[in-house]
Amino acid sequence: MEFLSSHAPQLLPGNRPASDVHAPHGTTILALAFEGGIVMAGDRRATMGSMIASREIEKVFPADEYSAVGIAGTAGLAVELVRLFQLELEHYEKIEGSLLSLDGKANRLATMIRGNLGMAMQGLAVVPLFGGFDLDRRIGRIFSYDVTGGRYEEHDHHAVGSGSVFARGSLKKLWRPGLDADAAVKVAVEALVDASDDDSATGGPDHTRGIWPVVATVTESGYLRVSDTDLAAVAETIEQERRRGHAGHRDSNGGAR
Amino acid sequence: MSMPFYVSPEQLMKDRADYARKGIARGRSVVVLQYDDGIAFATENASRALHKISEIYDRIGFAAVGKYNEFENLRVAGVRYADLRGYSYDREDVTARGLANAYAQTLGTSFTTESKPLEVEIVVAEVGRAAAGDQIYRLAYDGSVTDEHGYVVMGGQADRLGGLLAEQWRAGLTLPEVLALAVRTLGAAEDGGEPRAIPAAQLEVAVLDRTRPRRTFRRLAGALLEDLLDAD
Repeated sequence: MEFLSSHAPQLLPGNRPASDVHAPHGTTILALAFEGGIVMAGDRRATMGSMIASREIEKVFPADEYSAVGIAGTAGLAVELVRLFQLELEHYEKIEGSLLSLDGKANRLATMIRGNLGMAMQGLAVVPLFGGFDLDRRIGRIFSYDVTGGRYEEHDHHAVGSGSVFARGSLKKLWRPGLDADAAVKVAVEALVDASDDDSATGGPDHTRGIWPVVATVTESGYLRVSDTDLAAVAETIEQERRRGHAGHRDSNGGAR
Repeated sequence: MSMPFYVSPEQLMKDRADYARKGIARGRSVVVLQYDDGIAFATENASRALHKISEIYDRIGFAAVGKYNEFENLRVAGVRYADLRGYSYDREDVTARGLANAYAQTLGTSFTTESKPLEVEIVVAEVGRAAAGDQIYRLAYDGSVTDEHGYVVMGGQADRLGGLLAEQWRAGLTLPEVLALAVRTLGAAEDGGEPRAIPAAQLEVAVLDRTRPRRTFRRLAGALLEDLLDAD
């Protein structure tokens, strides 16, 4: 027993590292700024190892009237964290009779992420993306975080989660200054499609079941979730465009790239 | 050493009640009225920051008269009670009845055990999915709860203004109608003469609007309130 505990503690019951815990993971979240606000979007897939745990999980939420939070990482902890964050903002608003500043909200979220550091060390990390409309400066702003609670303001666009590498690449090419809300929504969906193309843990638009990403805009008039009908149309346009693009490249043997 | 005088419990309670009533009667009245799409709260209040009417939860509003610091404490306690309950269970599980009970306990205990009773009177109102589901509870300084229907007046001129509302209020009034009635009532002259016109800037008005999703509480002020008052 002593020998075990000094030489191979992982063999003792109750001593195994918790990274063995299999819990659903949320994957790609992205946000981009446009003229007068931000768009935040998240795919609908949660994975557990190589299995798809859910194909209709929602990972983008309104934090309050003027901000949105999207979460990548352990789904159970993430959803609880969002509920607590929403509660804190609403509670503050009711007690104080005024809204927290956008920086105040972003800092509060950083503290909450830091509080989860213990769990993150055991493999249950939660990494949010936060964005909102700054009522003082009248612009949309985006904040990213690391597991230790570091808060970083992002400019123009950002993505987190397993498909973020591909989403970021896509955003870099598609984003341009002066986008309007509709164009920004299209860029967001297109970046998610690119992420799902190359990352197995990110789900693309599901035409068969009619499951679309969660996409929301936050502007002067508040948080607004883009309707499924609109998203279906955007997803359809993107698919048509890509189909035409590929048709042009098809070789004589009928093989597609 | 002098002996304290014997004071009968009846006398003691009566003195406390008189004291509390006097404190409450000094303030301006608050009216709470049901209308077709919800519940409206109105009072004369020049301050934009010190509210007598506030939001407790999704479907629950709070209005108070009396000492500001005392009802502000009760309000904060109510928001904490509601937020904690909604977080531990579900948003649906926060009810005005539960909150009114909690307030009744606090007010009752402080009336009997503290050296000075709380000089406050409060209304806790919950807007239902339909008018039949609306609940309005009025809590007195001694913790007694009354389940009210249609309208409530609290504060200085409660009895007189209550009489006016009894004559004029009916079920199914629209928002502009009910606000006009509220302003007429708050400004009513004591001798039955022409009512005082209260400008919109001097009013604190809020509604629990059952047509809104989730958080139904909304303050009405500025141009929006003026339009509503002019509409009738």
